[in-house]
Amino acid sequence: MRKTTAPSSKLSSRQPPRLAALTFPAFRLHTWRVNWRGAVSVGGFLLLWELLVRFGGGGFEGIPTLAQVLSTFWNKYLTSDRYWQSWLVSFERVGYGFSLAQLLGIPLGLLLGTRRVFHEVVYPLVELLRPIPPLAWVPLSILFWPTAELSIIFITFIGPFFIIVINVHDAVRSLRKEHLWLARSLGATRGYAFRRIILPALIPSIAVGMTLGIAVSWNVVIAAEMIASDVGLGRLTWEGYVSHTATTVIVGMISIGLAGYLSALVVSYAERRLMPWHKVT
Amino acid sequence: MPERKLSGKVRAVGLCKWYHQSSRPPVHVLEDCSFEIEPGRLTVLMGISGCGKSTLACMLAGYVRPDKGTLTMDEWPIDGAGPDRIMVFQETALWHWMTVLDNVLFGPLASSSMTKAEAKARAVALLDKFGLLDFKDKYPGQLSGGMKRRVELAQALINNPDLMILDEPFRGLDVMTRELMQEYYLKLFEGTRLTTLFITSDLEEAIFLADRVLVMSGAPAQIVKAVEVDLPHPRKFEVLISERYLAIKQDLMTALYGPDTAEEVVLD
Repeated sequence: MRKTTAPSSKLSSRQPPRLAALTFPAFRLHTWRVNWRGAVSVGGFLLLWELLVRFGGGGFEGIPTLAQVLSTFWNKYLTSDRYWQSWLVSFERVGYGFSLAQLLGIPLGLLLGTRRVFHEVVYPLVELLRPIPPLAWVPLSILFWPTAELSIIFITFIGPFFIIVINVHDAVRSLRKEHLWLARSLGATRGYAFRRIILPALIPSIAVGMTLGIAVSWNVVIAAEMIASDVGLGRLTWEGYVSHTATTVIVGMISIGLAGYLSALVVSYAERRLMPWHKVT
Repeated sequence: MPERKLSGKVRAVGLCKWYHQSSRPPVHVLEDCSFEIEPGRLTVLMGISGCGKSTLACMLAGYVRPDKGTLTMDEWPIDGAGPDRIMVFQETALWHWMTVLDNVLFGPLASSSMTKAEAKARAVALLDKFGLLDFKDKYPGQLSGGMKRRVELAQALINNPDLMILDEPFRGLDVMTRELMQEYYLKLFEGTRLTTLFITSDLEEAIFLADRVLVMSGAPAQIVKAVEVDLPHPRKFEVLISERYLAIKQDLMTALYGPDTAEEVVLD
């Protein structure tokens, strides 16, 4: 559509722009490949642990061996409903907090990046709140929210929230103007350019925010569970500490590590689906 | 190929552009800049680096407004971007998250100027013409520099623009690819007579491609000379060793750098 002061006959016959869906090529599953170097690395770590506990002396005297930890897990936790409920509850909390952080953080980052007045009003507040560690919100959160569960979800939300806001905000500000100019030249409306140009251009930054955010979510939820919950992997680890049961502490730590790893795999899968061009370039 | 109705006549009168900087005097980029681009001709805009060529190109494309002066195309004032004037930028502006085909289809689908089926048929034909059909499902990151440039040309041409603006499109390509692309664009132009403004700071490229060269002064820039390039069409690289080429080169160098420098360089 020609941007002149009077309509040209050539363009008057054109239909109004219509909506078009985002078109991402279908995700193809990666072929599974065993990372034997990684397996050797994990095996080496476990062997080192065993050797240090058996022969290291000093601070290692109170640490259980791998065999003791596995035995405790096998006898006490593998068939324990409470243990698996801890997994479920922690995953739920991370799921709610992390998803809420994405749902609110992405639009807020977009608004901060695209609306000047909104940026001037809200950004200083974001900069003021952002450096506050998520755990510093715990006392206030417990006072504010009616249940401990809501407090923990809030803390799990606040951890990744500012990461995603800042990532999206910075990504919007570093969008290449040529990409937007070209879209305008080719006749894209603001809405069409937003869906086909701005949103896909932001996906890498959203993905970075997700990767960082999921790790922060797990860090925060474990700490919050230790302080304010009766159940969860954090609580399990804390109970091991207060009852001087080091095997339980280590079962809890390994469980947290595995849970974080599984979450990172889900995020990585989502990233690959959102950015098919990254696989091939 | 049906004969193209010649359009894309550009007229610029007294264009001025200055950029304001906080706590500094404004930078005058263009000052009383006037010129014409004739329809159906390949006009090359030359000038030293940083003289305001890209600013002028952005004005023509409708991305930047002049602070003073008038700018019209086919008698209509240019006051915004549109598919009648498409620009190919110095750095590729292909959207790397879209396949080659989706990049080319963007214009017709965004402006609803064609149905999806029509647009796809046209895009496939264009990509075939540009030797890119086998790469239609690839992403820009998988293409070479020259291929990206060809995709950008297809992306522009599918919209049937009246004016193509190419802002140093072959800068950064290796010498062989650059020469191939020059020949390629010239052939395309000779086949379509699509009004083109080609910006370059390479004298050889300018003379090889141009029907007419506009020479810009340093900032604040004006058009200081217009040189007709009457080398024959279809143009081959052999013209670069003709006497007429050397005469035009000297003429342009005089306009760009002054008479003394021009004589020294051309004789070398």
